[in-house]
Amino acid sequence: MLAARRCAPKQEKALNLVTLLSLPTVECEPGQFCGPSIEEFFPAPILFEGTPFELNRVLLIRLVAVLAVVLILWLGTRNWKLVPTRGQAAMEFVIGFVRQGIIIETLGEKAGRRFMVLLMTIFFLTLGLNLTGTIPGLQIASTGLIGQAIVMAVIAYVTFIYAGIKEHRFKFFKNALWLPGVPIFIKPVIALLEFLSTFIIRPVTLTLRLTMNMVAGHMLLTLVFLATNFFFVTVLFTQGNALGLLGIGTFAFGLAFVVLEIFVAGLQAYVFTILTAIYIQMALADEH
Amino acid sequence: MSAIVVPMEEGGSILLPAIPDLVWGTISFVLVAIVIGRLVVPNVTKALDARRDAIEGGLKRAEEAQAEAAAARDQYDAQLAEARAEAARLREQAREEAKVIRAELIEQAQADAARVAAQAQAQIEAERTAAMQSLRTEVGSLALGLASSVVGESLSDDKRSSAIVDRFLADLESADAAGASK
Repeated sequence: MLAARRCAPKQEKALNLVTLLSLPTVECEPGQFCGPSIEEFFPAPILFEGTPFELNRVLLIRLVAVLAVVLILWLGTRNWKLVPTRGQAAMEFVIGFVRQGIIIETLGEKAGRRFMVLLMTIFFLTLGLNLTGTIPGLQIASTGLIGQAIVMAVIAYVTFIYAGIKEHRFKFFKNALWLPGVPIFIKPVIALLEFLSTFIIRPVTLTLRLTMNMVAGHMLLTLVFLATNFFFVTVLFTQGNALGLLGIGTFAFGLAFVVLEIFVAGLQAYVFTILTAIYIQMALADEH
Repeated sequence: MSAIVVPMEEGGSILLPAIPDLVWGTISFVLVAIVIGRLVVPNVTKALDARRDAIEGGLKRAEEAQAEAAAARDQYDAQLAEARAEAARLREQAREEAKVIRAELIEQAQADAARVAAQAQAQIEAERTAAMQSLRTEVGSLALGLASSVVGESLSDDKRSSAIVDRFLADLESADAAGASK
Protein backbone atom coordinates (compact mmCIF):
# COMPACT_ATOMS: atom_id res chain seq x y z
CA MET A 1 0.00 0.00 0.00
CA LEU A 2 2.74 2.32 0.96
CA ALA A 3 4.59 1.69 -2.25
CA ALA A 4 1.47 2.27 -4.26
CA ARG A 5 0.83 5.57 -2.58
CA ARG A 6 4.43 6.64 -2.96
CA CYS A 7 4.49 6.17 -6.69
CA ALA A 8 1.03 7.50 -7.45
CA PRO A 9 2.12 11.07 -8.32
CA LYS A 10 4.77 9.78 -10.67
CA GLN A 11 2.25 7.67 -12.49
CA GLU A 12 -0.03 10.63 -12.78
CA LYS A 13 2.74 12.71 -14.20
CA ALA A 14 3.57 10.02 -16.68
CA LEU A 15 -0.03 9.54 -17.69
CA ASN A 16 -0.56 13.25 -18.15
CA LEU A 17 2.44 13.34 -20.38
CA VAL A 18 1.24 10.32 -22.30
CA THR A 19 -2.16 11.84 -22.99
CA LEU A 20 -0.55 15.15 -23.77
CA LEU A 21 1.91 13.65 -26.13
CA SER A 22 -0.53 11.38 -27.88
CA LEU A 23 -2.18 14.45 -29.32
CA PRO A 24 -1.73 14.39 -33.08
CA THR A 25 1.68 15.95 -33.21
CA VAL A 26 3.37 13.41 -35.44
CA GLU A 27 2.27 14.94 -38.69
CA CYS A 28 2.63 18.68 -38.46
CA GLU A 29 2.84 21.56 -40.84
CA PRO A 30 6.20 23.10 -41.71
CA GLY A 31 6.79 26.08 -39.43
CA GLN A 32 4.72 24.48 -36.70
CA PHE A 33 6.14 22.96 -33.54
CA CYS A 34 6.40 19.17 -33.65
CA GLY A 35 6.33 17.60 -30.17
CA PRO A 36 7.94 14.31 -29.34
CA SER A 37 6.03 11.10 -29.87
CA ILE A 38 5.81 7.88 -27.92
CA GLU A 39 6.52 6.23 -31.25
CA GLU A 40 10.21 6.85 -30.61
CA PHE A 41 10.10 3.81 -28.34
CA PHE A 42 8.77 1.68 -31.20
CA PRO A 43 10.99 2.20 -34.24
CA ALA A 44 10.95 -0.12 -37.24
CA PRO A 45 12.62 -3.50 -36.76
CA ILE A 46 16.18 -3.86 -37.97
CA LEU A 47 17.04 -7.55 -37.50
CA PHE A 48 15.15 -10.86 -37.35
CA GLU A 49 11.90 -9.20 -38.42
CA GLY A 50 8.79 -11.25 -37.67
CA THR A 51 10.53 -13.57 -35.16
CA PRO A 52 10.37 -13.36 -31.35
CA PHE A 53 13.98 -12.13 -31.55
CA GLU A 54 13.07 -9.09 -33.62
CA LEU A 55 15.47 -6.24 -32.88
CA ASN A 56 14.73 -2.58 -33.32
CA ARG A 57 16.87 0.40 -32.37
CA VAL A 58 15.75 0.45 -28.73
CA LEU A 59 16.37 -3.25 -28.21
CA LEU A 60 19.76 -2.96 -29.91
CA ILE A 61 20.60 -0.16 -27.50
CA ARG A 62 19.50 -2.48 -24.69
CA LEU A 63 21.95 -5.12 -25.91
CA VAL A 64 24.75 -2.58 -26.20
CA ALA A 65 24.05 -1.42 -22.66
CA VAL A 66 23.99 -5.01 -21.38
CA LEU A 67 27.32 -5.66 -23.08
CA ALA A 68 28.78 -2.51 -21.51
CA VAL A 69 27.45 -3.44 -18.05
CA VAL A 70 28.84 -6.96 -18.34
CA LEU A 71 32.24 -5.75 -19.54
CA ILE A 72 32.55 -2.99 -16.94
CA LEU A 73 31.54 -5.32 -14.12
CA TRP A 74 33.82 -8.10 -15.28
CA LEU A 75 36.90 -6.00 -16.02
CA GLY A 76 36.25 -3.73 -13.06
CA THR A 77 36.27 -6.53 -10.51
CA ARG A 78 38.66 -8.93 -12.23
CA ASN A 79 41.86 -8.15 -10.44
CA TRP A 80 41.18 -6.39 -7.20
CA LYS A 81 44.28 -5.55 -5.23
CA LEU A 82 44.67 -5.27 -1.50
CA VAL A 83 45.43 -1.59 -1.89
CA PRO A 84 42.97 -0.20 -4.43
CA THR A 85 43.94 1.88 -7.43
CA ARG A 86 41.75 4.82 -8.38
CA GLY A 87 39.58 2.81 -10.77
CA GLN A 88 39.24 0.00 -8.29
CA ALA A 89 38.26 2.43 -5.55
CA ALA A 90 35.46 3.75 -7.77
CA MET A 91 34.23 0.22 -8.54
CA GLU A 92 34.52 -0.70 -4.88
CA PHE A 93 32.44 2.34 -3.97
CA VAL A 94 29.62 1.45 -6.36
CA ILE A 95 29.62 -2.29 -5.64
CA GLY A 96 30.03 -1.67 -1.92
CA PHE A 97 27.05 0.67 -2.02
CA VAL A 98 24.85 -1.99 -3.60
CA ARG A 99 26.29 -4.92 -1.63
CA GLN A 100 26.45 -3.30 1.77
CA GLY A 101 24.23 -0.24 1.54
CA ILE A 102 21.25 -1.89 -0.14
CA ILE A 103 21.43 -5.66 0.15
CA ILE A 104 23.13 -6.49 3.44
CA GLU A 105 21.63 -3.53 5.31
CA THR A 106 18.14 -4.62 4.29
CA LEU A 107 18.43 -8.40 4.43
CA GLY A 108 21.30 -8.96 6.83
CA GLU A 109 24.51 -10.85 6.11
CA LYS A 110 23.07 -14.35 5.62
CA ALA A 111 19.95 -13.67 3.56
CA GLY A 112 21.87 -10.91 1.79
CA ARG A 113 24.36 -13.43 0.47
CA ARG A 114 21.53 -15.71 -0.65
CA PHE A 115 19.89 -13.05 -2.80
CA MET A 116 23.06 -11.09 -3.65
CA VAL A 117 23.30 -12.13 -7.30
CA LEU A 118 19.64 -11.48 -8.01
CA LEU A 119 19.58 -8.04 -6.41
CA MET A 120 22.91 -6.94 -7.88
CA THR A 121 21.68 -8.02 -11.30
CA ILE A 122 18.51 -5.97 -10.91
CA PHE A 123 20.51 -2.93 -9.84
CA PHE A 124 23.22 -2.96 -12.46
CA LEU A 125 20.95 -4.02 -15.32
CA THR A 126 18.45 -1.28 -14.49
CA LEU A 127 21.18 1.31 -14.02
CA GLY A 128 22.89 0.43 -17.31
CA LEU A 129 19.67 0.43 -19.31
CA ASN A 130 18.49 3.68 -17.69
CA LEU A 131 21.74 5.51 -18.37
CA THR A 132 21.47 5.10 -22.14
CA GLY A 133 18.70 7.68 -21.89
CA THR A 134 21.30 10.42 -21.50
CA ILE A 135 24.21 9.06 -23.52
CA PRO A 136 24.62 11.18 -26.66
CA GLY A 137 23.81 9.22 -29.80
CA LEU A 138 21.76 6.60 -27.94
CA GLN A 139 19.50 8.89 -25.93
CA ILE A 140 16.75 6.44 -25.20
CA ALA A 141 16.41 4.22 -22.16
CA SER A 142 15.30 0.71 -23.07
CA THR A 143 13.70 0.40 -19.62
CA GLY A 144 11.10 2.70 -21.15
CA LEU A 145 9.85 -0.45 -22.86
CA ILE A 146 7.67 -2.16 -20.33
CA GLY A 147 8.89 -5.68 -21.09
CA GLN A 148 12.17 -5.26 -19.24
CA ALA A 149 10.44 -3.95 -16.12
CA ILE A 150 7.86 -6.77 -16.31
CA VAL A 151 10.61 -9.38 -16.53
CA MET A 152 12.37 -7.99 -13.48
CA ALA A 153 9.14 -7.44 -11.54
CA VAL A 154 8.06 -11.03 -12.21
CA ILE A 155 11.45 -12.28 -11.06
CA ALA A 156 11.20 -10.14 -7.91
CA TYR A 157 7.62 -11.34 -7.33
CA VAL A 158 8.47 -15.01 -7.74
CA THR A 159 11.55 -14.57 -5.56
CA PHE A 160 9.84 -13.00 -2.58
CA ILE A 161 6.99 -15.52 -2.66
CA TYR A 162 9.52 -18.33 -2.99
CA ALA A 163 11.53 -16.93 -0.08
CA GLY A 164 8.40 -16.67 2.07
CA ILE A 165 7.20 -20.20 1.32
CA LYS A 166 10.66 -21.66 1.83
CA GLU A 167 10.90 -19.93 5.19
CA HIS A 168 7.37 -20.39 6.56
CA ARG A 169 5.68 -23.01 4.30
CA PHE A 170 2.08 -21.99 3.79
CA LYS A 171 2.02 -20.04 7.00
CA PHE A 172 3.59 -17.35 4.82
CA PHE A 173 0.24 -16.52 3.27
CA LYS A 174 -1.47 -16.55 6.64
CA ASN A 175 1.21 -14.20 8.01
CA ALA A 176 0.85 -11.92 5.02
CA LEU A 177 -2.94 -11.74 5.01
CA TRP A 178 -4.36 -12.64 8.45
CA LEU A 179 -2.90 -9.87 10.56
CA PRO A 180 -2.79 -10.22 14.35
CA GLY A 181 -4.38 -7.55 16.51
CA VAL A 182 -7.15 -6.75 14.01
CA PRO A 183 -10.78 -7.15 15.17
CA ILE A 184 -12.15 -10.40 13.81
CA PHE A 185 -15.07 -8.88 11.89
CA ILE A 186 -12.87 -6.65 9.72
CA LYS A 187 -10.15 -9.26 9.28
CA PRO A 188 -11.55 -10.44 5.93
CA VAL A 189 -11.55 -6.88 4.61
CA ILE A 190 -7.98 -6.33 5.76
CA ALA A 191 -7.00 -9.67 4.28
CA LEU A 192 -8.45 -8.64 0.93
CA LEU A 193 -6.62 -5.32 1.05
CA GLU A 194 -3.39 -7.00 2.08
CA PHE A 195 -3.79 -9.47 -0.76
CA LEU A 196 -4.23 -6.64 -3.24
CA SER A 197 -1.34 -4.71 -1.76
CA THR A 198 1.12 -7.58 -1.52
CA PHE A 199 0.33 -9.77 -4.47
CA ILE A 200 -1.13 -7.40 -7.05
CA ILE A 201 -0.01 -3.83 -6.42
CA ARG A 202 3.63 -4.63 -5.63
CA PRO A 203 4.61 -6.11 -9.00
CA VAL A 204 2.44 -3.61 -10.90
CA THR A 205 4.00 -0.60 -9.15
CA LEU A 206 7.49 -2.01 -9.54
CA THR A 207 6.88 -2.27 -13.28
CA LEU A 208 5.08 0.99 -13.85
CA ARG A 209 7.31 3.13 -11.66
CA LEU A 210 10.38 2.19 -13.62
CA THR A 211 8.88 2.28 -17.09
CA MET A 212 6.91 5.48 -16.64
CA ASN A 213 9.83 7.31 -15.10
CA MET A 214 11.99 6.50 -18.07
CA VAL A 215 9.27 7.28 -20.61
CA ALA A 216 8.50 10.58 -18.92
CA GLY A 217 12.17 11.47 -18.69
CA HIS A 218 12.70 10.73 -22.35
CA MET A 219 9.65 12.76 -23.32
CA LEU A 220 10.76 15.68 -21.20
CA LEU A 221 14.25 15.72 -22.69
CA THR A 222 12.96 15.34 -26.23
CA LEU A 223 10.41 18.08 -25.65
CA VAL A 224 12.87 20.68 -24.41
CA PHE A 225 15.48 19.91 -27.06
CA LEU A 226 12.91 19.87 -29.87
CA ALA A 227 11.62 23.17 -28.50
CA THR A 228 15.14 24.57 -28.44
CA ASN A 229 15.61 23.49 -32.03
CA PHE A 230 12.25 24.96 -33.01
CA PHE A 231 12.96 28.31 -31.32
CA PHE A 232 16.44 28.72 -32.77
CA VAL A 233 16.05 27.28 -36.27
CA THR A 234 12.40 27.89 -37.15
CA VAL A 235 11.49 31.00 -35.18
CA LEU A 236 14.77 32.87 -34.94
CA PHE A 237 16.49 32.14 -38.25
CA THR A 238 13.71 31.20 -40.65
CA GLN A 239 11.04 33.59 -39.42
CA GLY A 240 13.48 36.16 -37.99
CA ASN A 241 11.39 36.51 -34.86
CA ALA A 242 13.22 37.59 -31.68
CA LEU A 243 10.89 35.32 -29.68
CA GLY A 244 13.24 32.57 -30.83
CA LEU A 245 15.61 33.68 -28.09
CA LEU A 246 13.33 31.75 -25.75
CA GLY A 247 15.38 28.82 -26.98
CA ILE A 248 18.12 29.87 -24.57
CA GLY A 249 15.73 29.16 -21.73
CA THR A 250 14.58 25.80 -23.07
CA PHE A 251 18.17 24.78 -23.71
CA ALA A 252 19.11 25.62 -20.12
CA PHE A 253 16.17 23.55 -18.96
CA GLY A 254 17.36 20.75 -21.21
CA LEU A 255 20.80 20.73 -19.60
CA ALA A 256 19.26 20.70 -16.13
CA PHE A 257 16.96 17.83 -17.10
CA VAL A 258 19.90 15.83 -18.45
CA VAL A 259 21.48 16.03 -15.01
CA LEU A 260 18.13 15.17 -13.44
CA GLU A 261 17.76 12.18 -15.75
CA ILE A 262 21.18 10.83 -14.77
CA PHE A 263 20.07 11.13 -11.17
CA VAL A 264 16.72 9.48 -11.93
CA ALA A 265 18.53 6.62 -13.69
CA GLY A 266 20.43 5.85 -10.50
CA LEU A 267 17.44 6.52 -8.28
CA GLN A 268 15.13 4.15 -10.15
CA ALA A 269 17.75 1.39 -10.10
CA TYR A 270 18.12 1.98 -6.36
CA VAL A 271 14.36 2.01 -5.75
CA PHE A 272 13.69 -1.15 -7.74
CA THR A 273 16.51 -2.98 -5.95
CA ILE A 274 15.73 -1.85 -2.43
CA LEU A 275 11.99 -2.51 -2.82
CA THR A 276 12.73 -6.03 -4.02
CA ALA A 277 15.07 -6.47 -1.06
CA ILE A 278 12.41 -5.15 1.33
CA TYR A 279 9.76 -7.47 -0.14
CA ILE A 280 12.09 -10.44 0.38
CA GLN A 281 12.93 -9.26 3.88
CA MET A 282 9.22 -8.94 4.76
CA ALA A 283 8.56 -12.41 3.40
CA LEU A 284 11.40 -13.82 5.52
CA ALA A 285 10.36 -11.99 8.68
CA ASP A 286 8.45 -13.93 11.32
CA GLU A 287 5.62 -11.46 11.75
CA HIS A 288 4.13 -9.37 9.05
CA MET B 1 -5.25 1.13 -13.64
CA SER B 2 -8.13 0.27 -15.89
CA ALA B 3 -8.74 3.98 -16.38
CA ILE B 4 -5.62 4.24 -18.47
CA VAL B 5 -6.45 4.36 -22.11
CA VAL B 6 -3.51 2.76 -23.77
CA PRO B 7 -2.46 4.68 -26.81
CA MET B 8 -2.38 1.91 -29.36
CA GLU B 9 -0.60 2.97 -32.42
CA GLU B 10 0.70 0.56 -34.97
CA GLY B 11 4.21 0.49 -33.43
CA GLY B 12 3.38 -0.75 -29.97
CA SER B 13 1.99 0.00 -26.56
CA ILE B 14 3.69 1.45 -23.56
CA LEU B 15 1.71 -0.83 -21.24
CA LEU B 16 1.51 -4.07 -23.21
CA PRO B 17 4.89 -5.67 -23.76
CA ALA B 18 5.94 -6.85 -27.18
CA ILE B 19 7.26 -10.40 -27.40
CA PRO B 20 10.79 -9.37 -28.51
CA ASP B 21 10.90 -6.90 -25.61
CA LEU B 22 10.20 -9.75 -23.13
CA VAL B 23 12.59 -12.12 -24.92
CA TRP B 24 15.51 -9.72 -24.99
CA GLY B 25 14.67 -8.48 -21.53
CA THR B 26 14.94 -12.03 -20.19
CA ILE B 27 18.13 -12.71 -22.13
CA SER B 28 19.62 -9.48 -20.80
CA PHE B 29 18.73 -10.37 -17.24
CA VAL B 30 20.11 -13.89 -17.50
CA LEU B 31 23.33 -12.66 -19.13
CA VAL B 32 23.98 -10.04 -16.47
CA ALA B 33 23.00 -12.51 -13.73
CA ILE B 34 25.47 -15.09 -15.04
CA VAL B 35 28.31 -12.58 -15.18
CA ILE B 36 27.52 -11.25 -11.71
CA GLY B 37 27.01 -14.73 -10.23
CA ARG B 38 29.99 -16.37 -11.84
CA LEU B 39 32.52 -13.54 -11.94
CA VAL B 40 31.63 -10.40 -10.06
CA VAL B 41 30.40 -11.74 -6.73
CA PRO B 42 33.19 -14.38 -6.41
CA ASN B 43 35.79 -11.77 -7.36
CA VAL B 44 34.45 -9.27 -4.86
CA THR B 45 34.10 -11.87 -2.11
CA LYS B 46 37.61 -13.14 -2.74
CA ALA B 47 39.10 -9.66 -2.71
CA LEU B 48 37.24 -8.65 0.45
CA ASP B 49 38.23 -11.90 2.19
CA ALA B 50 41.85 -11.40 1.18
CA ARG B 51 41.73 -7.87 2.54
CA ARG B 52 40.21 -9.04 5.82
CA ASP B 53 42.88 -11.73 6.12
CA ALA B 54 45.58 -9.19 5.42
CA ILE B 55 44.23 -6.84 8.05
CA GLU B 56 43.83 -9.64 10.57
CA GLY B 57 47.33 -10.91 9.72
CA GLY B 58 48.70 -7.40 10.15
CA LEU B 59 47.03 -7.09 13.52
CA LYS B 60 48.42 -10.46 14.57
CA ARG B 61 51.90 -9.51 13.43
CA ALA B 62 51.65 -6.26 15.34
CA GLU B 63 50.60 -8.18 18.44
CA GLU B 64 53.52 -10.53 18.06
CA ALA B 65 55.92 -7.64 17.63
CA GLN B 66 54.48 -6.02 20.70
CA ALA B 67 54.87 -9.22 22.72
CA GLU B 68 58.44 -9.52 21.48
CA ALA B 69 59.18 -5.95 22.46
CA ALA B 70 57.65 -6.56 25.89
CA ALA B 71 59.79 -9.66 26.35
CA ALA B 72 62.92 -7.77 25.32
CA ARG B 73 62.04 -4.99 27.75
CA ASP B 74 61.51 -7.47 30.57
CA GLN B 75 64.84 -9.07 29.81
CA TYR B 76 66.50 -5.69 29.73
CA ASP B 77 64.85 -4.75 33.01
CA ALA B 78 66.03 -8.00 34.56
CA GLN B 79 69.55 -7.42 33.33
CA LEU B 80 69.49 -3.88 34.60
CA ALA B 81 68.30 -5.01 38.03
CA GLU B 82 70.98 -7.68 38.08
CA ALA B 83 73.65 -5.16 37.16
CA ARG B 84 72.41 -2.80 39.83
CA ALA B 85 72.49 -5.58 42.42
CA GLU B 86 75.98 -6.52 41.29
CA ALA B 87 77.14 -2.93 41.56
CA ALA B 88 75.62 -2.63 45.00
CA ARG B 89 77.28 -5.86 46.05
CA LEU B 90 80.66 -4.66 44.74
CA ARG B 91 80.25 -1.35 46.49
CA GLU B 92 79.40 -3.13 49.73
CA GLN B 93 82.38 -5.41 49.31
CA ALA B 94 84.65 -2.46 48.64
CA ARG B 95 83.33 -0.72 51.69
CA GLU B 96 84.00 -3.83 53.81
CA GLU B 97 87.49 -4.11 52.42
CA ALA B 98 88.12 -0.44 53.04
CA LYS B 99 86.99 -0.88 56.62
CA VAL B 100 89.31 -3.83 57.08
CA ILE B 101 92.20 -1.98 55.51
CA ARG B 102 91.58 1.07 57.62
CA ALA B 103 91.42 -1.03 60.76
CA GLU B 104 94.65 -2.75 59.80
CA LEU B 105 96.31 0.55 59.10
CA ILE B 106 95.15 2.01 62.38
CA GLU B 107 96.37 -1.05 64.22
CA GLN B 108 99.71 -0.93 62.50
CA ALA B 109 100.04 2.75 63.16
CA GLN B 110 99.23 2.22 66.79
CA ALA B 111 101.77 -0.59 66.95
CA ASP B 112 104.37 1.60 65.27
CA ALA B 113 103.63 4.43 67.62
CA ALA B 114 103.90 2.13 70.60
CA ARG B 115 107.15 0.71 69.29
CA VAL B 116 108.62 4.19 68.69
CA ALA B 117 107.47 5.31 72.09
CA ALA B 118 109.05 2.27 73.73
CA GLN B 119 112.33 2.85 71.90
CA ALA B 120 112.34 6.46 72.89
CA GLN B 121 111.63 5.45 76.47
CA ALA B 122 114.50 2.98 76.48
CA GLN B 123 116.89 5.49 74.95
CA ILE B 124 115.89 8.14 77.43
CA GLU B 125 116.40 5.66 80.24
CA ALA B 126 119.84 4.73 78.93
CA GLU B 127 120.89 8.31 78.48
CA ARG B 128 119.64 9.21 81.91
CA THR B 129 121.63 6.37 83.45
CA ALA B 130 124.74 7.46 81.53
CA ALA B 131 124.21 11.07 82.53
CA MET B 132 123.77 10.06 86.16
CA GLN B 133 126.91 8.01 85.98
CA SER B 134 128.99 10.85 84.55
CA LEU B 135 127.36 13.39 86.83
CA ARG B 136 128.18 11.32 89.90
CA THR B 137 131.91 11.22 89.09
CA GLU B 138 132.15 14.81 87.84
CA VAL B 139 130.08 16.31 90.65
CA GLY B 140 132.22 14.29 93.15
CA SER B 141 135.51 15.53 91.83
CA LEU B 142 134.20 19.07 91.46
CA ALA B 143 132.88 19.07 95.00
CA LEU B 144 136.12 17.60 96.29
CA GLY B 145 138.19 20.20 94.49
CA LEU B 146 135.93 22.89 95.82
CA ALA B 147 135.94 21.49 99.33
CA SER B 148 139.70 20.98 99.44
CA SER B 149 140.27 24.46 98.23
CA VAL B 150 137.74 25.82 100.79
CA VAL B 151 139.02 23.76 103.73
CA GLY B 152 142.65 24.30 102.73
CA GLU B 153 143.53 20.93 103.63
CA SER B 154 144.64 18.30 101.33
CA LEU B 155 142.36 15.56 101.13
CA SER B 156 144.92 13.43 99.55
CA ASP B 157 143.81 10.45 101.47
CA ASP B 158 141.74 8.71 98.91
CA LYS B 159 140.00 6.47 101.36
CA ARG B 160 138.75 9.32 103.39
CA SER B 161 137.86 11.53 100.56
CA SER B 162 135.83 8.95 98.78
CA ALA B 163 134.04 8.16 102.06
CA ILE B 164 133.16 11.83 102.40
CA VAL B 165 131.91 12.04 98.87
CA ASP B 166 129.81 8.96 99.32
CA ARG B 167 128.32 10.31 102.46
CA PHE B 168 127.61 13.59 100.83
CA LEU B 169 125.91 11.93 97.91
CA ALA B 170 123.90 9.70 100.16
CA ASP B 171 122.72 12.84 101.97
CA LEU B 172 121.82 14.36 98.68
CA GLU B 173 119.91 11.31 97.60
CA SER B 174 118.02 11.08 100.83
CA ALA B 175 117.19 14.74 100.58
CA ASP B 176 115.99 14.09 97.03
CA ALA B 177 113.93 11.15 98.14
CA ALA B 178 112.45 13.19 100.97
CA GLY B 179 111.67 16.01 98.50
CA ALA B 180 110.04 13.54 96.06
CA SER B 181 107.98 11.85 98.71
CA LYS B 182 106.90 15.17 100.10
